[in-house]
Amino acid sequence: MRKKASAWLALALGVGMALSGCSSNSSSSDDAKQGSQKAGEKLEIFSWWTGAGEEDGLKALIKLFQEKHPDIEVENAAVAGGAGTNAKAVLASRMQGDDPPSTFQVHGGAELNEGWVAAGKMEPLNDLYEQEGWMDKFPEALIDMVSKDGNIYSVPVNIHRGNVLWYNKKVFADNGLQPPKTFDEFFEVADQLKAKGVTPLALGDKEPWTATHLFETVLLGTLGTDNYQKLWNGELSFDAPQVKQAVETFKKMLGYINEDHSSRNWQDAAQLVAEGKAAMYVMGDWAKGYFVNDLKLKVNEDFGYVPTPNTDGKFMVITDTFGLPKGVKNPDDVKKFLALLGSVEGQDAFNPLKGSIPARIDADPSKYDEYGKQTMEDFKNAELAPSLAHGSAAAEGFVTKVNQAINIFVTQKDVNSLIDTLVSAAAELKK
Amino acid sequence: MAKQLWARPFLYLLALAMSVFFLLPVYVMIVTSLKPLDEVTLADMWKLPSAVDWSSYATAFEKLAPNFWNSILLVVPATLLSALLGSLNGYVLSKWKFKGADTLFTLILFGMFIPYQSILIPLIQFLREIGLYNTIPGLVFVHVVYGIPITTLMFRNFYAAIPDEMIESAKIDGAGFVRIFRYIMLPLSITGFVVVAIWQFTNIWNEFLFAVTITTSDKQPIMVALQNLSGSQIVQWNVQMAGALLAALPTLFVYIFLGKYFVRGLLAGSVKG
Amino acid sequence: MMETVKIAPAKETTTVPVARKKRKWTADHWLATAFLAPSVVLIFLFVYGFIGWTGYVSVSNWNSLVPDWSFAGLKNYQYLFQDFRFQADLRNTIVFTVLFIAVVIVLGQLLAILLDQKLRGESLFRNIFFFPMALSFVVTGVVWQWLFNPSTGVNLFLKPLGLDSKWYTDTTILGGFQWGKIEFGIPLAMIAVMVAAVWQMTGFAVAMYLAGLRAIPDEVREAARMDGATELQLYWKIILPLLRPITVSVIIIMAHISLKIFDLIYAMTGPGANFVTDVPGVYMFETTFRGNYYANGAAIAIVMLLSVAIFIVPYLISSRKGES
Repeated sequence: MRKKASAWLALALGVGMALSGCSSNSSSSDDAKQGSQKAGEKLEIFSWWTGAGEEDGLKALIKLFQEKHPDIEVENAAVAGGAGTNAKAVLASRMQGDDPPSTFQVHGGAELNEGWVAAGKMEPLNDLYEQEGWMDKFPEALIDMVSKDGNIYSVPVNIHRGNVLWYNKKVFADNGLQPPKTFDEFFEVADQLKAKGVTPLALGDKEPWTATHLFETVLLGTLGTDNYQKLWNGELSFDAPQVKQAVETFKKMLGYINEDHSSRNWQDAAQLVAEGKAAMYVMGDWAKGYFVNDLKLKVNEDFGYVPTPNTDGKFMVITDTFGLPKGVKNPDDVKKFLALLGSVEGQDAFNPLKGSIPARIDADPSKYDEYGKQTMEDFKNAELAPSLAHGSAAAEGFVTKVNQAINIFVTQKDVNSLIDTLVSAAAELKK
Repeated sequence: MAKQLWARPFLYLLALAMSVFFLLPVYVMIVTSLKPLDEVTLADMWKLPSAVDWSSYATAFEKLAPNFWNSILLVVPATLLSALLGSLNGYVLSKWKFKGADTLFTLILFGMFIPYQSILIPLIQFLREIGLYNTIPGLVFVHVVYGIPITTLMFRNFYAAIPDEMIESAKIDGAGFVRIFRYIMLPLSITGFVVVAIWQFTNIWNEFLFAVTITTSDKQPIMVALQNLSGSQIVQWNVQMAGALLAALPTLFVYIFLGKYFVRGLLAGSVKG
Repeated sequence: MMETVKIAPAKETTTVPVARKKRKWTADHWLATAFLAPSVVLIFLFVYGFIGWTGYVSVSNWNSLVPDWSFAGLKNYQYLFQDFRFQADLRNTIVFTVLFIAVVIVLGQLLAILLDQKLRGESLFRNIFFFPMALSFVVTGVVWQWLFNPSTGVNLFLKPLGLDSKWYTDTTILGGFQWGKIEFGIPLAMIAVMVAAVWQMTGFAVAMYLAGLRAIPDEVREAARMDGATELQLYWKIILPLLRPITVSVIIIMAHISLKIFDLIYAMTGPGANFVTDVPGVYMFETTFRGNYYANGAAIAIVMLLSVAIFIVPYLISSRKGES
């Protein structure tokens, strides 16, 4: 039906073309024809890395690739905005239309596995992993995350940690407080801070994922890594008592946040901590980049960090990966790029600039700052957990529903309503 | 002494008060664009920069300049074409009515209300099939098509105010469809074209959704480049604001230039009693 | 070549031979139709064709990255109408559209009349009022987000005056009564959004009304003044009614913006706490491209279109009946 309709449309368009084509720039329509022939030969790297830091990292990686493979033309097809939603819209239009980019950025885990892999649009990369000898260079849990049914579908290039509690050192020192390790300690500290008129916990949920991010650290801290994992493969239901306890703890935490939270995005919330108006902040470690590079604060002097309550020894993994879509005209070139992506050299070119740590466990720690070194150690030794808010634990449809439910919960604080929504949304989760 | 609607001082006061409302956000934008990033925080938004820092403008300009020409190549043909089509349609629908003309007009108008996000996928498939995907002419085509309803609306209403007697007497004089359009409607349409041009130029220049999905990198108009100034995680607001102001300059220039045509009596004077 | 014809503002019937009242279908009429045809064809294909596609998707099961064209009946619609977020969206859009259009019309006319008063510096004021239009909705959204931040924005100036508001972080619903899953009323948060949108779009209404004012011949004003009308009466009884056709256009244009609004909300407030500033355009984008629920997204689009059909089309028809 659609093929006939489009042919008919194309025919009828002759009329429209006559009217609107008169001012067309003939050289650019030549380009269009050339473009569709050459598309097979250009290596299009599709991502949403367009800001300071991440763009620098991407450019360094591309530069490295071009030094090694000067014969391959590379295009940086990054699309900004909406924390990747614009890029996802463009990507979806292209993938649905069978015109995939050579490779694209995607969060490792369910976002890819329950998305494009399930739609049959990605090539397995087991050969590449064997060839490059990667099977023991990434943590096993990470390789599992990017695999489905025994096939590996993407190469992780970086790791961000989600369960980090940042705190303003001066505020803590002034009040004689120690950063909390457990939920009980957290609430003790929070009560003392509240009494002194300091907002205990900053939150900026103008973009709903930030509240989900906070919630998942509470989930991890309450359930522990094993039970947390069980939520995603259906072995543990969302109305289990531990989940309810996590929601109650989350609800209690929400009593200690800044009033204007829904008007601040994550950076605006970080500013509260930097200014000393709020004491603690739960956010992924891209916040460190913001503190250091943009607000010019010093690690472990102006601000400090600990794992979120009850998550010491646990590592909430947020990872960007690249895969190989089916139907690309130059898969060998793409594999060369992926190979560089997964190499120590590539990862050490990219990550210091982006502010994340490499996914490889044999990377060179001297290239990273104090936070980076410590986190790399933790990554090797900790229990890894996939992030829900950042696409690793569950399919995007589920994450979208969770974000909506949590948005409502932050205002209405109805525990049972949230649990009901989680349970009914979980029916969608593939096992 | 001409009678006044209100006293002069009151008028100026009102104009000034409204100007403050309209200019307040612009102040914040300008001030932000001149600050280094560590001074750009919510708490300091009203404060003047500690020292004027033009580097944001330099960065923004460097990143936006390549796409500026794409925007021009897009907006000028698209505006002219959709204005022309709109005026022809408006002319036909207001002066050459046939049975069902009004229904047709309503149907055309209804097309304005379609949310563009919902038709992205078939639109892109179609463009790719005729080879206009990722080209400026493709984007021109899209904007002309989706501009038809609104330009038709504006011109049709504009022409409805021109008395039918003029057309009738021209017909009696032997003028046909084309001559009437050329010698009567067009000259009277200057203000109409100005309003339509302002609208279409603004909208097409500032449009983002089609631009980001139909074109990629080097063909992209300036608005996409502006959006790309921001990262997905960290946004440098000073560069963003500088970029936004730079990107708004051509449109502002169009307003200033076309504003001369809001002269009293342009229409009335040409049709004297 | 110009024939001089007397212009009469009102619908004065001139004495003409009766034969003229019947419209003859001439060769010129064919020419006219030919000129209209391309636009009609284009609209038919690119608007109605695609609406058809969207409609088909909305009754399918395509709610993941794997296209699934199997028939789902009205399942997606049922889901939507029982969804808290969608109900909130409907309420927000209605409130926003009504307030936004009303303020733009009033303010647009006021400022156009103001500019028409032969002020010194008229072109400067005019360009100041037009300038916000030159910015994209995204930029406007960002700036007004800052301006309305409850702790650091315009509240800093308003607090000394005794005014304070939580602006778009306010989850209060004015006059709220239970309606489905939500409270129906005026979300105070939408007022902040409305101010930003008014700031951006009033300039256009000013342009249209100013063009209209400038088209009114001096003779009309002189005649009224000679009849003894005061300035106020002149405006109220003669000039404002003459601007009514422009109001119709302004309403339609502003309505189509407010019903489809997306960039402004997305940049300024996001969906908002408890979805007080969410609108169908944002929901559709997120549900389609983040959640991959294509069929749900299509259903939202169709509902948006149908609501337009229900409200705008009768308005159009009645306003044109009034014309002719």
